Amino acid sequence: MSEMTKPLLEMQSVSKEYNGNPVLKDVNFTLKEGEVLGLVGENGAGKSTLMNILFGMDVIQQTGGYGGKVLIDGKEVKFASPLDALNAGIGMVHQEFSLLPGFTAAENILLNREPENRSVLSLVFGPRANTIDRKTLQKKAIDAITKLGVSLDSDMLVSEMPVGHKQFTEISREISKSSIRLLVLDEPTAVLSEKEAEMLLKAIRNLSAQGIAVIFITHRLQEILDVCNKVIVMRDGRIISELEAEKTSIPEMAKLMVGREVSASASSKREEKKLSDDIVLSVKNLWVDMPGETVKDVNLEVHKGEFLGIGGLAGQGKIGIPNGIMGLYPSGGKVVLNGKEIPLGDTRACLDSSIAFVSEDRRGVGLLLDESLEWNIAFPAMQIQNKFLKKYLGGLIKWRDQGAIKAVTDKYIKQLQIKCTSSKQKAKELSGGNQQKICLAKAFALEPKLLFVSEPTRGIDVGAKALVLQALKEYNSKLGVTIVMISSELEELRQCCDRIAIVTDGAISGILPASRPSEDFGMLMVGKSKKEAN
Amino acid sequence: MEKVRSFLASFGLPRLIIAGFLLLLFIVAPFVGIRVGASISDTLARFGMNSIMVLAMVPMIHSGCGLNFGLPLGIISGLLGATLSIETGVTGPLSFLLAILYSTPFALIFGWGYGKLLNRVKGSEMMIATYVGFSSVAFMSIMWLILPYSSPTMVWGYSGSGLRTTISTDGFYSQILHNFLCLKVGTIEISFGEILFFALFAFIIWAFLHTKTGTAMTAVGSNPIFARASGISVDRQRTLSVIMSTWLGALGILCYQQGYGFIQLYQGPMYMAMPAVSAILIGGASVNKASIPNVIIGTILYQGIVTMTPSVMNNIIHTDMSEVLRIIVSNGMILYALTRKSGASR
Amino acid sequence: MRKDIDIRKFLANNIVPIIFIVLCAVCIPLAGYSGQYLVSQIITRIMRNSFLVLSLLIPIMAGMGLNFGMTLGAMAGQIGIIFITAWNVVGIPGLLLAAIIATPIAALLGWFCGKMLNMAKGREMITSYMISFFMNGVYQLVVLYGMGPVIPLHSDQVILPRGYGVRNTIDLISVRQSVDNFWALTIGGVKIPLLTIILIALLCVVIIWFRKTKLGQDMRAVGQDMEVAREAGIKVERTRILAIVISTIFAAYGMILYLSNMGTLNTYNSHSQIGMFSIAALLVGGASVSRASIKNVFLGIILFHLMFILAPQAGRELMGQAQIGEFFRVFISYGVITLSLVLYEIRERREKAESAKAIAAQQKEAKA
Repeated sequence: MSEMTKPLLEMQSVSKEYNGNPVLKDVNFTLKEGEVLGLVGENGAGKSTLMNILFGMDVIQQTGGYGGKVLIDGKEVKFASPLDALNAGIGMVHQEFSLLPGFTAAENILLNREPENRSVLSLVFGPRANTIDRKTLQKKAIDAITKLGVSLDSDMLVSEMPVGHKQFTEISREISKSSIRLLVLDEPTAVLSEKEAEMLLKAIRNLSAQGIAVIFITHRLQEILDVCNKVIVMRDGRIISELEAEKTSIPEMAKLMVGREVSASASSKREEKKLSDDIVLSVKNLWVDMPGETVKDVNLEVHKGEFLGIGGLAGQGKIGIPNGIMGLYPSGGKVVLNGKEIPLGDTRACLDSSIAFVSEDRRGVGLLLDESLEWNIAFPAMQIQNKFLKKYLGGLIKWRDQGAIKAVTDKYIKQLQIKCTSSKQKAKELSGGNQQKICLAKAFALEPKLLFVSEPTRGIDVGAKALVLQALKEYNSKLGVTIVMISSELEELRQCCDRIAIVTDGAISGILPASRPSEDFGMLMVGKSKKEAN
Repeated sequence: MEKVRSFLASFGLPRLIIAGFLLLLFIVAPFVGIRVGASISDTLARFGMNSIMVLAMVPMIHSGCGLNFGLPLGIISGLLGATLSIETGVTGPLSFLLAILYSTPFALIFGWGYGKLLNRVKGSEMMIATYVGFSSVAFMSIMWLILPYSSPTMVWGYSGSGLRTTISTDGFYSQILHNFLCLKVGTIEISFGEILFFALFAFIIWAFLHTKTGTAMTAVGSNPIFARASGISVDRQRTLSVIMSTWLGALGILCYQQGYGFIQLYQGPMYMAMPAVSAILIGGASVNKASIPNVIIGTILYQGIVTMTPSVMNNIIHTDMSEVLRIIVSNGMILYALTRKSGASR
Repeated sequence: MRKDIDIRKFLANNIVPIIFIVLCAVCIPLAGYSGQYLVSQIITRIMRNSFLVLSLLIPIMAGMGLNFGMTLGAMAGQIGIIFITAWNVVGIPGLLLAAIIATPIAALLGWFCGKMLNMAKGREMITSYMISFFMNGVYQLVVLYGMGPVIPLHSDQVILPRGYGVRNTIDLISVRQSVDNFWALTIGGVKIPLLTIILIALLCVVIIWFRKTKLGQDMRAVGQDMEVAREAGIKVERTRILAIVISTIFAAYGMILYLSNMGTLNTYNSHSQIGMFSIAALLVGGASVSRASIKNVFLGIILFHLMFILAPQAGRELMGQAQIGEFFRVFISYGVITLSLVLYEIRERREKAESAKAIAAQQKEAKA
């Protein structure tokens, strides 16, 4: 009987570090059967790492395992692979769908677990020659859907489904595993319409009533209040607080999520700069079709000489804004620079009108990995502004000027303290931080009037981070270049920027001066407008 | 040991085997009664004939269009130029220049269309290029029969219409480059004409890759998204590279004809892309990186094997299995390049 | 309005078969063949080719595109035929023996091809195409130099007078039409070979059955998304190799049937031609790189071979030269493959462009 009282899942002082950087510190919590646990926190707070540990993902073992204990039914477990976790009755629905578009809901739900009819032929050719028992497959799928309590046509092809039904198919797949006892949902409502989200919440309650425990990761705090029994708020790898869902409120959670103790860097914040009245850039009704970062309707004005930050949670569309303006993804709306409208979808026109962009995707967009640093830094300036070229035959032949290219590269290597063997080194051989500096140098070499910087500190170490931010600040203050920086780290934005705009659900939910307390931004991030927050 | 391994990795095992094999052939040759001088002259002559077609691979590889299996399209432009030049009746060196001149507009137009097509099928260029090459050869086979050529050197004697399968370039531009500045050093015969002709175009390509546009083209091949984010029109660069490759293909076949002495029509150009593709791969190029040294080394190695194996084999085992070996080596090389993880890291 | 779009979509999706139907319709009166002749010819061609074309279906199901490596199967089939001719095993037992010899060779070659294709994901077609070229070299090495001294074969009928290597053409008199004649009917002057029909029908049934098996389901899954399939625990690499192995073995049997119907073996040509013709026929039937059905196979064989029969005669009537017709059909075979590949790529791209429009529409909707 004592088994019954043991919690389904218990974590005891779980910790994890990557290359000496602690990302999880002393995490403790318990989860009972049928309980719904809300897990909230900013990006990088450690939620994904925690789930990776729970699932025995390869990445954890490859980076030296974890500290502390994970207990299921009071017994310690160490999952070597996600398969072990599945066998122990833990299922997870990831943010990205893992569905086959040409299969029906039923086929997807029972993928690779199809019921089979034995046949004589399978004696000869092995078990894979068994035919699939379509009837039982249908039945099992419908069982899982019923258990979830949603309306979903089991015969519908995934490719023809609305996005909500895809999500339900994913969840049904986990439910259909007979041993399922704990289900982890990673931001399941992010892609859903309001109505669909409601259905999902109802489904979570259904599961809970059937004794299945749920860990519910979401940024929509209202949903936590609606469906969870308790809430864990994580920040910087720690559990900041464990709350009873009934007794907490959205402002409290939002504050816990983003609120940091006033640190030294924040207090020594730059003095408030007076905003110029000149509008450099005005954006109206911008939409951008960037997968995972869809922008729906953004309106924004950037003042001359200002350092504007754009923040918001991942997937809300903040990264889509510069990518759309620069024409890297299909976009529409109206963008006016210094009173002149810029045609959207025309990268060249943007660059010609002195806008530069440092992409968040260093390796994919930002760099020529197989070429030298010289090429990487000089290339856009050469192509757009005809710099670093020697002209022969009256400009008919534009020859690469190796000397000038080397000079400018060496200049930036020195200025940004880029660690490399020479300017001829290939970009792929540099570390992430130094690669980022190359990307900055590339943009600086264009001498832009307006600079978009997207996630400049993503995936680089602390020292490089400080250097990169310092370089940007100086570029803004000394040369008066207008900078728009997009970052997931609010503190970083508050350190550098004059104003910060927060993007939620593909639109700007508010713009505040950087000096405002962080919980104000937290409220904007979770989708509460200013007046609601106050 | 580590060093050896990294060297092997960068040089490529197959390339090493081929180079070693060729070396072995040259070492064995004198013992089985083959005059090495003649073999070297032969290899050099073949280098002169084939090198420009191999060079035609470079622009397309640079812009990321992959291996130019559609070389036959360029060859067809060259064939049109060659036949038109002969049709005019002009003889001697001038006919060669005329052939180049006439083939150029065809190469530009075909290359432009071919480039546009490849832009619409990014990612599957090589397969489609192969079949574009085949289809165009098949289409031109019909055209050779129908087009109203009348020069008696080219038209079938008995029916008076339709071009012959092979047309001699004797009296027109046969050996025109080969005999220009042809020196004899001992037993080795070196044709500086052909080498200079190749060097001229190799230099042009090398120089082009050092210009602003050439730099853009390389960037497109190295990382098309980077290039796009830098305001480069990826499609335009790719089209340009395809036009260049096609034109070089046209020149290449003219150069080949002057050395070989014949124009081969109909199904002749069908499989001509394969030797050129495998030569540049043997020279060290990958599906998305190629340089002029790759062209030179590759052509010498490939043509060396093609000339040396038959004679050596014949003298050793009295069986000529060189053709079969050539098929295995050249296609094996292409297969090796295709199945390796894409050379560049994107 | 809606109907309009449907018709356009139908035309766009079936452009290749439609072109062929029009071409055939134009050529039939030009060529002036009798209906009976055409029907009997078409039946012969269906009997000859359908097994080979059917062998292409399984790799398409597994998302590996058109299996240009089916040539490998054809080579295996030919090796089987060479052996039984040399040993002088006649009739249906001879063909059975040929199939038994060909099976392990085809399986081995298929396994090799599958392994290679797993190393070249995303460019399976060009790779399988190059494999067929490469293997052609190996095949020639074996058949032209190996047979005789290394592999003991001493039949004058098969081996060249010089003592090694197989002759360019081998007369297959001993197995010629033995399947077709085993049990044949004649209806209105047209011969109907029942046993061959049964064999082909059997293969169709096997393919339909195969789609319903676990392995078939896994192949469809792998064909749609390798990563999703892998996550679900399906052995992706192994499944892909199996698809190629099965296809290669079927192609070997198909080649044996084809050769017995033809009655002669072109030792160094038959296999490479058959690969191209089979693929062209399948595409003519309306199949694409990612989708093909049994219906496509038969429609394709009928249309493609009708064209094949008609073209030379039509060329002679129209241009006064049969050769134009010959070249025309070569052009058509290559052209049809090119067209299908290009259309497939363009269609894929268009689907991706749709999502941008959806967002623009949404914004408008939200405002309205």
